[in-house]
Amino acid sequence: MADMLELHVNGAVHRVEAAPRRDLLGVLRDELGLTGSKYGCGEGQCGACTVLIDGLAVRSCVTVISAVAGKQITTIEGLAQDGKLHPLEQAFLDAGAMQCGYCTPGMIMAGAALLKTHSAPSNEEIVEAMQGNICRCGTYQRIMAAIRQAAGSGKGVAS
Amino acid sequence: MTHSRHNESWIEPERYELFEKPRYQFEPGRRDFLKLLGGGILVCLVWNPAAAQQESGRRGGRSRLAVPQELDAWLHIGESGKVTVYTGKVEVGQNIRTSLSQVVAEELRSPVEWIELVMADTDLTPYDAGTFGSRTSPSMAPQLRKVAATARELLIDLAAEELDVARDSLSVADGKVSHAASNRSLGFGHLAKDKKLTKRVGSEAKITAPDEWKIAGTSVPKVDGRAIVTGAHKYASDVSLPGMLFGKILRPQRVDATLRSLDTSKADAMDGVTVVRDGDFVGVAAPSVQLAQRAISAMHAEWNLPPAASDDLFASLKQAQPAGGRGFGRGNYTRGSIEKGLAAADHKLQTTYTVAYIAHAPLEPRAAVAEWKDGKLTVWTGTQRPFGVRGDLAQAFGMPDESVRVIVPDTGSGYGGKHTGEAAIEAARLAKAAGKPVKLVWTREEEFTWAYFRPAGVIEVASGVTSDGQITAWEFHNYNSGGSAIRPLYDIPNQQIAFHSSQAPLRQGSYRALAATANHFARESHIDQLAHAVNRDPLDFRLANLKDSRLRAVLEAAARQFGWGQAKPAADHGFGIAGGSEKGSYVATCALVAVEPASGKVRVVRLVTAFECGAVLNPDGLRNQVEGAVVMGLGGALFEAIELENGAVANARFSRYRVPRFADTPVLETVLVDRQDLPSAGAGETPIVAVAPAIGNAIFQACGVRPTTLPMAPGGLKV
Repeated sequence: MADMLELHVNGAVHRVEAAPRRDLLGVLRDELGLTGSKYGCGEGQCGACTVLIDGLAVRSCVTVISAVAGKQITTIEGLAQDGKLHPLEQAFLDAGAMQCGYCTPGMIMAGAALLKTHSAPSNEEIVEAMQGNICRCGTYQRIMAAIRQAAGSGKGVAS
Repeated sequence: MTHSRHNESWIEPERYELFEKPRYQFEPGRRDFLKLLGGGILVCLVWNPAAAQQESGRRGGRSRLAVPQELDAWLHIGESGKVTVYTGKVEVGQNIRTSLSQVVAEELRSPVEWIELVMADTDLTPYDAGTFGSRTSPSMAPQLRKVAATARELLIDLAAEELDVARDSLSVADGKVSHAASNRSLGFGHLAKDKKLTKRVGSEAKITAPDEWKIAGTSVPKVDGRAIVTGAHKYASDVSLPGMLFGKILRPQRVDATLRSLDTSKADAMDGVTVVRDGDFVGVAAPSVQLAQRAISAMHAEWNLPPAASDDLFASLKQAQPAGGRGFGRGNYTRGSIEKGLAAADHKLQTTYTVAYIAHAPLEPRAAVAEWKDGKLTVWTGTQRPFGVRGDLAQAFGMPDESVRVIVPDTGSGYGGKHTGEAAIEAARLAKAAGKPVKLVWTREEEFTWAYFRPAGVIEVASGVTSDGQITAWEFHNYNSGGSAIRPLYDIPNQQIAFHSSQAPLRQGSYRALAATANHFARESHIDQLAHAVNRDPLDFRLANLKDSRLRAVLEAAARQFGWGQAKPAADHGFGIAGGSEKGSYVATCALVAVEPASGKVRVVRLVTAFECGAVLNPDGLRNQVEGAVVMGLGGALFEAIELENGAVANARFSRYRVPRFADTPVLETVLVDRQDLPSAGAGETPIVAVAPAIGNAIFQACGVRPTTLPMAPGGLKV
């Protein structure tokens, strides 16, 4: 029997095989069926796989599961509570901040991590926090508007 | 692509609306339509009955598919009142699931939420050539409007009969047909109950005019937005089947390599691993991605590599011109005499422009899940040509079309880069060998290396202009990049225009707006050069040589919003303007650019784009498309380029291939010119074409350097 380790994902505990160098993204998607986190590059360069580890934004494609055992992992599936959207999810809808939507879960997780530490981020702070996330459809201006809206300033939300 | 009179067929057969042949050719190892859908009301559209008859052979006549293939669109109203619309188009982020739902809701006078679109499932939806060429709004939207309008009139007929009242005393709203005088109403579901009605309509059906639209033409939010923001939407790469294995393919260093020798003994010995070798195709299927990767890594292969293409890409593109090759001579046009035009000129100008190979880099790489069951192959995959990929699969496995089903979940973008079905064919081959479903998701490196690219090219322009600003001669040659939008809209009496195809060193194909981006870059940069040569304002110079009212309108609208002519740029800043037309829509972009004198670093500060595509179906969705095209255009303008080393792609990662990110995004302003008197044109492509020349022209004003290459400033400009 292979060694197992415990992953705490969205408030539930999962026991998974502790093979060396298993990446968190693969386990989330292929083993736990949490496909909201996306593969985009496998080198931590595009942010499509972003999840929260103890509240911080982390690239799950370059995170080995042994490093996050016992920590609180939040994926996009764990953001809405009791069917009520997270304010940033709602803000993405309000700002129309997506096209194909493939980058959206990673964008929302990165933005949610930013809002945990910066309740009213400046544009410069948003750019710095989000620079590692690619939206190939080019909806950056709308994503910034969504983050500002969720932060409460509400300025510049695309209408 | 087959020429035909079918509604898709008048698309200019772009050389690079490309249908690359599948890489592998493997050794070959009627139901009742309404029954399929359940009872209710079915309205089918035959857009062009003559063409449908003529085309029945091509469109599936040799097969006995579940659905009639001579139809262009259909709509079903079930006994629950639910309205389901079937279209072969694909949603790849251009927001047509929403805009098409809107036009149907408009004709049925009902909320968008009542409409469900079934898209791009070859067993359920009408044949469609593919989602490209900005054809959805001009061709599919009117078709769906007609079926929906016909359904509405049919519902009124049924209600008039049941209520025994005159048709014109009835009105349709919110999923009901109502008789105000007697305060009675009948729901769509009630009217469809116990019916098995099929109605065929042609293009004569009457539709609601844009100036009467209440749902179409408004900013309806993305209909599946909630599934996207919660991570619930299943892309092809998210599909999972019971017992599914994961695939990996053995790739050589280069696309053009062929297999010389192969030792798979270590992989063969791995538990649970299926190894497949079929010609040059080598792959594995295994219960986990890690095991599949280990099996591939354990193989030893030797490859034959043909000599690498010349390092001087542009020189080789200009030299290698296969006579009569694909696209040879397309776009060629002559008017007047270049010699006379040059003789009449006071200033003559000659410039060569180059454009690099660039990658679409859709964030969702190619992905497919393939399942063989009872002799039938079903593949979920992200492609812009579901029916084309069905044909490719049928051909690859020596099967009839009806034994293959391709389902395209709303896909993680395409930009013209997903016309093919490589991953579908590969996954299907592995699944066939393994006897279980197989998922194959290309890595980013595979996507950057094994997909196709926007063609590189060389463009040579020679021109003449009089001192008072009339362009007298215009000679324009495009080598390899393509013939889209190759002709100017300016009124130039003497013109010679030609596209020359080349022996390309890489797989090349469609890309958002095709060569219109390259041709507009060269043309609108050159026009700017001519304006400066005669000391004219670049906007005034354009307008003085231009009668086309739609292009004039967007140039003027962009200039007005930008404040063109109001102020001079600050030091080390520049203004630029450019405009053009492609695929029936018109665009102009104004740019404000800053160039750092010491480093030559270019920063685009502000881009104002005016866009006109006829009647606007969804203003906010359209703004989103314009903004996205502008951002994508900025990447190709400034820094995107595929780098080749010894014939292989050297920068196949996001860490080495730079795409636009948050910090690159300027202030974007979009002006929509809504022409309700004109049919809606597509909007996903054309807004990209004026970005590069507007930026280049602004760079020239900022620092005096004239950019003639795309990208213009990968590592900063040389100033």
